[in-house]
Amino acid sequence: MAEYTKPLPEITAESRPFWEGCKRRQLLVQRCRACGARQHYPRGVCAACWSDDLEWLPSPGRGRVYSFTVTHRTQARGFRDELPYVLAWVELDEGVQVLTNLVGCDPEKVRIGMEVRVTFEDVNADVSIPRFTPA
Amino acid sequence: MTRAPLIAGVYEFPERKTAKSALEIQAISARAALADAGLAPKDVDGYFTVGTNPGVGPLATVDYLNLNPRYIDGTTIGGSSFVAHVNHAAAAIAEGRCRVALITYGSTSRSSGIAVGTRERIAGEYVDQFEGLYGISTVGLYALVAQRHMHVYGTTGAQLAEIAVACRRHAGLNPVALYREPITIDDVVRSPMISSPLHLLDCCVITDGGGAVVVVHPDLGRDLRKPPVRLLAGAEAIAHTAAGHRDYLVSAAAQTGPRALAEAGVSHDDIDMAMIYDSFTITVLVTLEDLGFCKKGDGGRFVEGGRLGLGGALPVNTDGGGLSSNHPGMRGIFLVIEAVKQLRGECGARQVPDCRVALVHGTGGTLGTRHSSATLILGAT
Repeated sequence: MAEYTKPLPEITAESRPFWEGCKRRQLLVQRCRACGARQHYPRGVCAACWSDDLEWLPSPGRGRVYSFTVTHRTQARGFRDELPYVLAWVELDEGVQVLTNLVGCDPEKVRIGMEVRVTFEDVNADVSIPRFTPA
Repeated sequence: MTRAPLIAGVYEFPERKTAKSALEIQAISARAALADAGLAPKDVDGYFTVGTNPGVGPLATVDYLNLNPRYIDGTTIGGSSFVAHVNHAAAAIAEGRCRVALITYGSTSRSSGIAVGTRERIAGEYVDQFEGLYGISTVGLYALVAQRHMHVYGTTGAQLAEIAVACRRHAGLNPVALYREPITIDDVVRSPMISSPLHLLDCCVITDGGGAVVVVHPDLGRDLRKPPVRLLAGAEAIAHTAAGHRDYLVSAAAQTGPRALAEAGVSHDDIDMAMIYDSFTITVLVTLEDLGFCKKGDGGRFVEGGRLGLGGALPVNTDGGGLSSNHPGMRGIFLVIEAVKQLRGECGARQVPDCRVALVHGTGGTLGTRHSSATLILGAT
């Protein structure tokens, strides 16, 4: 595959299950076994009650655009050659927000509330990056 | 606060592009702010600056300035840091930990060629692996809030532009502002799109700069060179991603505004002018709503018709703001400096008549992920 020039995640023990899920094309959302809260980004404790008894649930990967911006000027690595591109907050149907890119659509056609689904880009042997595309 | 701590001296480094170093800028500013107060370097026993940039944190700066403080604070919460420093200095003074607190800032963003707004915003934090992959920049993370504000409340680009136009008008009255030529709403909405819906002229400038502020115990009030400014209230808060459950249209100002106004015992009508952090036009609009100057969602209509300009109901950013005067990366200290000058009646052509109470509000970080708010209410003596 072509060389990937955008930033890569620095995966740690804390986040490894999430990234392994992406490799399997599963978007995982954490749920707290103690209080039931769902959260993203994933972390070692529940942000609602600080319990560390968390489970990883596969998400159907569907949601809506909460907000977006079409970027026309940036110094961000790997993105300068892809202008304009869409940065967005997507709210999953489970109710958690995910910062992401919207791909596979005309940036000028993106609207808040638009239905989207997750898609994964395999960028190297270990990393697949979740992004969203119109459902 | 029964006996309010006093802001005794201020100084804004006037150059917008300089050959001086960030440390020199701070030394020059510290000397001038102490002179403004009628105090000397040996009087300083508390020191405050941000700890972010290598080589200009408290260790490096105290060493360079050859100070010997007994109270040190390196709080670093983005551009609002220096507003928070004033609040922390007041608390330290009230507790007897120090009596003369020096706050300094210096930056050479412009001469170092740092694209503050459009560079990749990655801080080396755990969260980068979930956010930093997607081409994030400071302007993009504010644009996310602007876009949603427009969607939910019908706010327009022309309304955001009103804020930039008001700041530019004020900059025309500030001899050291970077950009002083008047602009129109049309100029703003026709300027190049950076990150939709924010255009170039919705974004702050990039400059070098710095400054210093001296906060002292009220007992020292009689010995000062100029009428001091009273710190009537201070409040801080952080709003963040909330584990994926955030309303990004509400900023941390919704927490700090009511607390600060209640502590000072003043109402919105008592505020003669406000210094509102203007990294971008949307920052000002959301902050004014959250501080309670208008209802949530009414910010667009509120800023119309020149309300924020000199002569309007609520003059904002009379120095020209970050949008037109200066923004070296962290603007909080300039908010304090201009408010103090207004309350001392030193602002010449841009003076707000009979200015008795000013509100200062700093925003640090980004509205679209996590940010800090720090609010001060200042009163003339």
